[in-house]
Amino acid sequence: MKQIITATVQNRSGVLNRITGMLNKRQFNIESITVGASEIEGISKMTIVVDVNDHQKLEQLTKQLNKQIDVLKVSDITDQAIVARELALIKVVGSGQLRAEIQGIIAPFRASIIDVSKDNLTIQVTGKQEKVDALITLLKPYGIKELARTGMVAFLRGQQPSHVTEINSALSI
Amino acid sequence: MKVKLESEMRAVQNVVTGADLLIQSLIDEDVEVIFGYPGGAVLPIYDALYRQKHSFQHILTRHEQGAIHAAEGYARTTGKPGVVFATSGPGVTNIITGIADAMMDSLPIIAFTGQVTKTVIGTDAFQEADVMGITTPITKYNYQVKELSDLPRVVKEAFHIATTGRPGPVVIDIPKDVTQELSVGEYDCSFSLPGYQPTIRPNPLQITKLADSIEQAQRPVIVAGAGVLFAEATDELKELVETYKLPVTTTLLGLGSFPGTHPLSLGMAGMHGNYVANMAIYKSDLLINIGARFDDRLTGNLHHFAPKAKVAHIDIDPAEIGKNVKTEIPIVADAKKALQALLQKRIQTPKHDKWCETLAHNKQEYPFWYDHPEEYISPQGLIEKIHSVTNGEAIITTDVGQHQMWAAQYYTLDSPNKWVTSGGLGTMGFGFPAAIGAQLGNPEELVVSIVGDGGFQMTCQELSVIHEKNLPVKVIILNNEALGMVRQWQEKFFEKRYSESVFATNPDFVKLAESYGVKGVRATKEEDVLATLEAIFSYDGPVVADFRVCQQENVYPMIAPGKGAHEMLGVKR
Ligand SMILES: Cc1ncc(C[n+]2csc(CCOP(=O)(O)OP(=O)(O)O)c2C)c(N)n1
Ligand SMILES: [Mg+2]
Repeated sequence: MKQIITATVQNRSGVLNRITGMLNKRQFNIESITVGASEIEGISKMTIVVDVNDHQKLEQLTKQLNKQIDVLKVSDITDQAIVARELALIKVVGSGQLRAEIQGIIAPFRASIIDVSKDNLTIQVTGKQEKVDALITLLKPYGIKELARTGMVAFLRGQQPSHVTEINSALSI
Repeated sequence: MKVKLESEMRAVQNVVTGADLLIQSLIDEDVEVIFGYPGGAVLPIYDALYRQKHSFQHILTRHEQGAIHAAEGYARTTGKPGVVFATSGPGVTNIITGIADAMMDSLPIIAFTGQVTKTVIGTDAFQEADVMGITTPITKYNYQVKELSDLPRVVKEAFHIATTGRPGPVVIDIPKDVTQELSVGEYDCSFSLPGYQPTIRPNPLQITKLADSIEQAQRPVIVAGAGVLFAEATDELKELVETYKLPVTTTLLGLGSFPGTHPLSLGMAGMHGNYVANMAIYKSDLLINIGARFDDRLTGNLHHFAPKAKVAHIDIDPAEIGKNVKTEIPIVADAKKALQALLQKRIQTPKHDKWCETLAHNKQEYPFWYDHPEEYISPQGLIEKIHSVTNGEAIITTDVGQHQMWAAQYYTLDSPNKWVTSGGLGTMGFGFPAAIGAQLGNPEELVVSIVGDGGFQMTCQELSVIHEKNLPVKVIILNNEALGMVRQWQEKFFEKRYSESVFATNPDFVKLAESYGVKGVRATKEEDVLATLEAIFSYDGPVVADFRVCQQENVYPMIAPGKGAHEMLGVKR
């Protein structure tokens, strides 16, 4: 099952290495991991998408993350009301007539063409991962020359339908 | 002319560099001893050590691995952090084994490593190694100090991190130019670690749950680990055990957390533990783990581990709870605080007389046993004799292998912090240098290092240190002219194909010792054992003793790999 974990971390040098190293050592299957600035200076936000198949492994993941000295807070937001987005850049073969066709395909996805050259064009799409996946599938027949995805960033929606459980080493037990 | 020279010298003395600041920080942390080895990147630090008046000793080992294991031995027996200096590149890589060992066994170590000058970091400069990259997975935390003004704070933080919560090693990597820089004025040492707040006090709800479970238990058993020792909770454990008549087993690293000769002690559990201890866990209906991490050498095959038990687990590291064994009663806390909370509860003593009787009976019925062919010195018998000659009161350090297991089985300990062994990593070469640290930390105590002929050869160069500092460590080699534990596994599980496990030659350990200026003795016959031991322990100074023991002896009983605790081999003769 795919889990979405966010971690608030202190932006000390080596923190990303420490976390990815731990995930790797403990054999967690990372689908994507993103890190970037948060609203507070010196604090970064990580979004980790991970494939775990049992509850015990998931608990280990959050506990091991919490154990890191630079990690301030860990939340499993998989089952919460969240906003989650990913950005992808897709370079496809396309000139002349094909261009119009491609434009037609991407329009419902609200994707945009951000670069054009003689025989290819680059499309930018943002959205949920499924949406990005779907667009990539549709574009495949045209020949994808290059693809880069950012991985998911996510956090909770302002309004939660139900109670939010926060996973914190001190509180969960 | 003369006057001028003097004033120049005074000027040099008064200059405060980053290195001076480092030495001062260590003085401020009440460091007693540093184990280290100099080199290019730490020259300024060693210069400050030379120039500056300081309150600690520096022990120059003959290999950096010796330094870090000595620091581990010091930490294990004193509870204080062990401090290490190593130079950049090969100096650092030589302490990696010890750092990994300290991480596995939760020992508070602070290792200061030299680094190349800031401007050339990342250019594959001479003696550059990616210390942060290499040590990240094997440290509790690590730092590279880029600004001198951070140094005093980082040292303070490192000591705090290494010694609190679940202890562990911290590395501080310092580029050479930072230690050479002139310091200006005072630096702010205050720190805050919002992401690091170990939970010390137990959740009262879980304590109540455990209390209720003890009341209802019919076959309760305690597994005591090193967490009890770190938390200095041995008195509380004893009180709990005696109040409610709870049988106790310990892990390898938990030896000494509960008196081994106590009627309620079942001894060590695990791969080479007591049959009665393993069966108690197997049959138990309530398993109370205090400060152990359910390592695979303890549990054997997890499918057969304590299959009928409700599991309670007290640990300061929440990540250890539920990691290997499903846990009904998780208690994140310092072991002392948890036990104190439990002792405050009014609990009815469980009705488990029959269980206690059975265990007492089995303890009589299935003791450790060994054959004793007359033509050889029995390694097990030797440990028993060491125990009796030293009244069971020595600090014992061991290396890794058969001798380690025999020491664990036959040197029954009644008091804490006297057992120094490499558990999690199983590091050969650990035992002898660890004894150096143990002796320095406990000058009044008798320190005996029980080692194998294989492992001793990995770090025996530290004989220089015990000679130089006249440390009266007694090194006892159980010399079976083999990598005994490997030989045993090849005998049992590889149809006696003794691949690279029997030594064709060994050094003359007596002459080896003597060449370092250390007294060497040897015993080859059983009838000489007692007299040799008397000679060792009546001698006031370091000794290396070469005991030629029976090569064919195996460690029993044993849980074979992949098997459950109830399937022990060699339980009876
Ligand atoms: C550094 C290291 N290398 C290899 C091993 C694997 N190993 C475990 S026990 C053992 C044999 C140890 O031989 P010795 O020191 O003579 O002790 P004995 O088992 O004979 O008592 C070996 C090679 C290890 N534990 N550590
Ligand atoms: Mg040997």
